[in-house]
Amino acid sequence: MKQAAEIQYDSRLEGDLVVTRLDAAINWFRKNSLWPMPMGLACCAIELMATGASRFDISRFGAEVMRFSPRQSDVMIVAGTVTYKMALVVKRIYDQMADPKWVIAMGACASTGGMYRSYAVLQGVDRVIPVDVYVAGCPPRPEALLDGLIKLQAKVAREPVASVWKQPPQEPVRPAAALALDAPTQAVPKP
Amino acid sequence: MKTVRQVVQPDPAAAAELQGDRLVLNMGPSHPSTHGVLRLIVELDGEVITKAQPDVGYLHRGDEKIAENMTYTQFIPYTDRLDYLAPLANNVAYVLAVEKLLGLTDRMPLRGQYIRVICCELARISAHLLGLGAFAMDVGAMTVFLYASTQREKIYNLCESLTGARFTTSYTRIGGLARDLPEGWGEQCRQFAAEVIVAINEIEQLLTRNRIWVERTRDIGVIRPDAAISYGLTGPNLRASGVDHDLRKAHPYLVYDRVQFDVPLGSVGDCYDRYLVRMEEMRQSARIINQCLDQLPDGPVNVEDGKVVLPPKARVMTRMEELIHQFMLVTQGVNVPPGEVYFGAENPKGELGFYIHSRGGGTPYRLKIRAPSFVNLSILPELLPGHMMSDVVAILGSLDFVMGECDR
Amino acid sequence: MNARDLARQLRIHFLHSVTEPAEFRGELTVRLTEPSQLPEVAGFLRDELKFDLLLDVTSLDNYGEDPRWTLVYEFYSLAHRAHLRLKTDVSEEVSELPTICRVWRTAEWHEREIYDMMGIRFTGHPDLRRILMWEGYPYFPLRKDFPLEGRPSAMPEVAFSERAPLEGGPFVTAPGAKDAIRREPRVRRPGGEG
Ligand code: SF4
Repeated sequence: MKQAAEIQYDSRLEGDLVVTRLDAAINWFRKNSLWPMPMGLACCAIELMATGASRFDISRFGAEVMRFSPRQSDVMIVAGTVTYKMALVVKRIYDQMADPKWVIAMGACASTGGMYRSYAVLQGVDRVIPVDVYVAGCPPRPEALLDGLIKLQAKVAREPVASVWKQPPQEPVRPAAALALDAPTQAVPKP
Repeated sequence: MKTVRQVVQPDPAAAAELQGDRLVLNMGPSHPSTHGVLRLIVELDGEVITKAQPDVGYLHRGDEKIAENMTYTQFIPYTDRLDYLAPLANNVAYVLAVEKLLGLTDRMPLRGQYIRVICCELARISAHLLGLGAFAMDVGAMTVFLYASTQREKIYNLCESLTGARFTTSYTRIGGLARDLPEGWGEQCRQFAAEVIVAINEIEQLLTRNRIWVERTRDIGVIRPDAAISYGLTGPNLRASGVDHDLRKAHPYLVYDRVQFDVPLGSVGDCYDRYLVRMEEMRQSARIINQCLDQLPDGPVNVEDGKVVLPPKARVMTRMEELIHQFMLVTQGVNVPPGEVYFGAENPKGELGFYIHSRGGGTPYRLKIRAPSFVNLSILPELLPGHMMSDVVAILGSLDFVMGECDR
Repeated sequence: MNARDLARQLRIHFLHSVTEPAEFRGELTVRLTEPSQLPEVAGFLRDELKFDLLLDVTSLDNYGEDPRWTLVYEFYSLAHRAHLRLKTDVSEEVSELPTICRVWRTAEWHEREIYDMMGIRFTGHPDLRRILMWEGYPYFPLRKDFPLEGRPSAMPEVAFSERAPLEGGPFVTAPGAKDAIRREPRVRRPGGEG
């Protein structure tokens, strides 16, 4: 990405007027008001709540507006174990989120299935939805989640915006596991 | 049961016109007031619920199957993640079950027992604080949640210096504890016990006589004692209905018979009673913690048995026997005799029971977790009908369940 | 009255189908040899002996033995503060026994869970569906012949499952293996049929 423009402000040159690239300005708006969709599934959700609460205060990073409606949120924080029973629900909620959208996989379970290598647990939420930032830990400390959020902000700041608008709309890229699911050839084996 | 509320029906003809079809509403599994991934399918007539069907299992992770595939000690971390608001209490309940199976119960050193009681009660305060905070937030009082979080962070600090983790503690071991209390921990704990009482009083001022709170919780979700017993409810939910059953009193385990505390009981069994019972339980927990810290004896925390507890590292390096014990314990696990036990502990959510069926060796043949949240939720199909849709959040909040434990 | 007296009363009342109580670690276990009598025994336990709380219902898979299933009921009496366990065997061909959810409502969910996990059916149950797994999942995961890593399945629009990559995982030891060598996970084929 060559146009990795960030907003800059030089008080000697610019007074009340700021001149910058459109990409930089839009990304600046976006990255500082990432509204999370808290996909609180298991234990990690407790740390997610702790991140939002008094001590760690996620609002310092502009992400305190937890929206339980996917339509109003920008980043889905998958906090907890995604089971097979829950997997397609998560995917459906992700699909309902309006673009641009990002995903943070919080904790070992959401990233890889974690300590639950079993018949019931999806081995990583990236098998059904694309993930931008993986946060390690079981559970990750709130600081780690905040660091993940900062990493995501850095990623958002580098994304091309204006050049994408000119392109014709594309089918969203879907991860392989989800595609395989729709294939009608999958036969249910006999018990 | 309280009298069923009815939609205002001026005359039958108009009512028939108004009624129309029943509306089926799906709530969850991703919904702010379902505390995780509970799904409720409710059938509405206007705003009144006529039928409710909970759908659980969205967090079923296969804990019981996993337990059959690992040694007893290896399963301790999984118990953290059952009721993840009170991991310390789960750890204690699980190892107590295994120790019962091993026949160690009477040989446990006193200091370890006291520390375990402190852990259980800290966990109770922590779980009730979050339960109440979330309950209040669902009903519209945000501040309580933030106040409760502040106190919970203090518990997390205590947990961190005790176990190294904020809430996935894995603190207990079969036959003892991972480590003794760190230097000065008792004082910090005592200070916390004093501070949390102040916070509880503040929360009490915010809620107990708060008009909105009372209107939204009083006479809502009344559970009669016989219904509570028939549905197998335990813990604060059972006691709020006026049934005096607390395992800490009925079958004192650990050192609960050496401390003084009261068991609060409700009289009506509505959401308000459940709230009051939990508030009082937190105060009693603080009282227990203080007594335990006063009485805390010196001495070892682990049982003296090389076949159960890992020997000290220095001796492993220098002695043959300890080296063998260490090797056997790590590779094969604690050798448990064949047999079966059920042990239930009074956890914040109710009776957390472990049924262990052993055929000898280091792994359980079958380990069943009697999850209080699972049982407590089963009353919903009977409890919800007749209430307004907006009462659902109050009822769910007051039942205080955790899906990790419910679905296992 | 303590648990022993209560168990004796139960035995006297059901002389032909309830065994003498066995004690282990202070807990009493009686066996019911005639599973079809379960509702009467349950009713007697609740009404006459005041075992008012049904704590738990569990199932065991005695894989490779006959009868294959064992059902374990844990009763508790609030009045007597006593605990009693009742076990009954069901063979694989039958895999069915009467429900007790008319006696205790809480049995409804416990029995659904057993049906879901082990595939044992309960006659007379008002709503015998899966509870933890989704409706349409083709296996019974707690059976001993079902591998921990699971098996693939697909229900379009509802859920799917795949085999978890155990890779002989470091934390998975063989259940019930005789010695450390056979318990060691790496001697087994990864992802093998169990
Ligand atoms: S990563 Fe750990 S803490 Fe987070 S949901 Fe999974 S088991 Fe729970």
